[in-house]
Amino acid sequence: MGTLEMTRKNSRKWLWAVLGWLVACLLFFPIFWMFLTSFKTEVAAVATPPQLFFQPTLENYVEIQARADYLNYAFNSVAISVGSTILALLLAVPAAYAMSFFPTKRTKGTLMWMLSTKMLPSVGVLVPVYILCRETGLLDSRIGLIIIYTLINLPIVVWMIYSFFKEVPKEILEADRMDGASTQQELRHVLLPLALPGIASTALLSIILSWNEAFWSLNLTTADAAPLTAFIASFSSPQGLFWAKLSAASTLAIAPILIFGWFSQRQLVRGLTFGAVK
Amino acid sequence: MRTFRFAKIIVAFIVGIVLMQLLHACTPGSQAADRTRLTIATVNNGDMIVMQGLSSRFEEENPDIELRWVVLEENVLRQRTTTDVASQGGQFDVLTIGSYETPIWARRGWLRPLNLPEDYDVNDLLDPVREGLSSDGQLYAVPFYGESSMLYYRRDLFENAGITVPEQPTYTQVRDWASRIHDPQNGVYGMCLRGKPGWGENMAFLTTLVNTFGGRWFDLDWNPTINTPAWQEAIGYYVDLMQNYGPPGASSNGFNENLALFSTGRCGMWIDATVAAGLISNPEQSNVYDRVGFARAPIDEYANGSNWLWAWALAIPKTSKSPEAAERFLAWATSKEYIQLVAEENGWVAVPPGTRTSTYENSNYQEAAPFASIVLRSIQSADITQPAAQPTPYQGVQYVDIPEFQAIGSSVGQTMAAALTGSTSIDQALQQAQASTERFMRHTGYIE
Repeated sequence: MGTLEMTRKNSRKWLWAVLGWLVACLLFFPIFWMFLTSFKTEVAAVATPPQLFFQPTLENYVEIQARADYLNYAFNSVAISVGSTILALLLAVPAAYAMSFFPTKRTKGTLMWMLSTKMLPSVGVLVPVYILCRETGLLDSRIGLIIIYTLINLPIVVWMIYSFFKEVPKEILEADRMDGASTQQELRHVLLPLALPGIASTALLSIILSWNEAFWSLNLTTADAAPLTAFIASFSSPQGLFWAKLSAASTLAIAPILIFGWFSQRQLVRGLTFGAVK
Repeated sequence: MRTFRFAKIIVAFIVGIVLMQLLHACTPGSQAADRTRLTIATVNNGDMIVMQGLSSRFEEENPDIELRWVVLEENVLRQRTTTDVASQGGQFDVLTIGSYETPIWARRGWLRPLNLPEDYDVNDLLDPVREGLSSDGQLYAVPFYGESSMLYYRRDLFENAGITVPEQPTYTQVRDWASRIHDPQNGVYGMCLRGKPGWGENMAFLTTLVNTFGGRWFDLDWNPTINTPAWQEAIGYYVDLMQNYGPPGASSNGFNENLALFSTGRCGMWIDATVAAGLISNPEQSNVYDRVGFARAPIDEYANGSNWLWAWALAIPKTSKSPEAAERFLAWATSKEYIQLVAEENGWVAVPPGTRTSTYENSNYQEAAPFASIVLRSIQSADITQPAAQPTPYQGVQYVDIPEFQAIGSSVGQTMAAALTGSTSIDQALQQAQASTERFMRHTGYIE
């Protein structure tokens, strides 16, 4: 009986593992295929049936480097996504603190309202935002994009940090207040260390969202502040084959964030399961 | 007190970013402060990339001008430049726009009228192209390259089947040929045509087909005339041809997909932009470069509207901060000297086609591009003022020159793609297209 149950348990474990790998491979396949395509010639990239084995070439990367300055775009992407994340956190932490520990009867409504701003399609406010940026001289500037991205991501960042703060037992905060901690000290020495995994994963998510945002970065920049999304867009062609070059450009564009995500994977998972394992 | 601390951090952060921005702005190009910066918005296609490469010559000749490029995908570019020009953002000095937008934008006063120097030789520009880029006789954009549509076929397959192609084929002949060379077992399909929905994709071809079958988009009072016998006949022909002799999944094939199919030897025939002629004759990009035959776009009963006319052109928005420098660049990039320069650097076959008579008179070009004479005749025969057999209130062969056409064309394109896949019948598709276009025209006030 015992062994039978063991094998049954084992086989179920196996089944889950296989299923997990299958889903992971399925999700990763497009990225893998893009990576592969970036080493093909243009004709090989569109060949039917698709080729898995081919003579790899670096010509796409060489041509991309000749046509556009990758590092300039990459610098903009890093500056904008990191900048907007820091700014969003600076605004969101105090907001979430107030809402989770000193809620009023309007707190729920405020939270819902913040989320509702995400439901407006971006293109609906394109012209007003464009004119605002024109008037303030923020067109094609990194600061302009940092402000926009901060505002776009703020609802999500506030919501996430709010829910992480909610997980922190109120008693701990009451205890430190009894010991005479100021709000400042309470935040710095008690709350932030406790919620750090959550804040870190929120920051990561915000960086990834800003990194991938394409609508505003394409519409508000020309040359100076253009991030990697604009870099990718410049390799799609209306006439002529472009898949291999586009794949190479995309590979270059996602490489930094992919590596970054890889290294911070544990932090990210810990943060996302923060509430569950408490 | 404590709340001020946060405010201070935020202020410090913003000051930090401003300083970083200033630092970045000062470091690389500070010596370029006295140079005029021209921002050029363009699409990513072969000819434009050649121009980008050669533009350092322009900067050498004009040391007071610095060029900055914004390269975008066609539809993104259209949205991007429209937003900027309509809200007077002033971000661009030179725009790449098509012959569809040029007259519309010119009528709205968004473009600067061009007054080019004597030695530019405006009259050397091909007449239909120049007219397409003018409004009320005033030139608003100069063509960087122009194109019409034509028929490509595989000479080897046609010889095996014993078919000789006249210079001006008809659609009846085309159907017969498609049936004779169709060989799906060996991966060769009789005919490749655009099926991907979009006003600039399947509807560009289908509009020429409807034109030559005797139909039109609107009557003189702007009533849509889609559900009419001419459209039924044209769309019926198209669906029948593609379902019997087309490649699988044709409803997702646009220009690029068909280009890939033809260059890898999968298509017996292909009707599309003349600009493809150079691409499929290029050994580096095509497996069939030495076996391609060229002919005029097929006709049915009305000849004029059977081949389209399109030009990518350069224009200067009213909001440009340096219009004088922009005009100098425009004149350089579309001049005879520029064409000469491309020929010297990349060979005659690589020069931008469809713009100047002098290019087509050049014997070097005629030799390098055996399709040149057909392209020239196709462009010259396209008449944007009389695209259809019956009179029309609009201009444009494969488009209608009203701003609403992008939306209308794309929506009708969807229903035509549905008819192609067989998910709706042709009658249903035409009824739907008629109804939706009528609704659209009523909403925008063209009809009661």
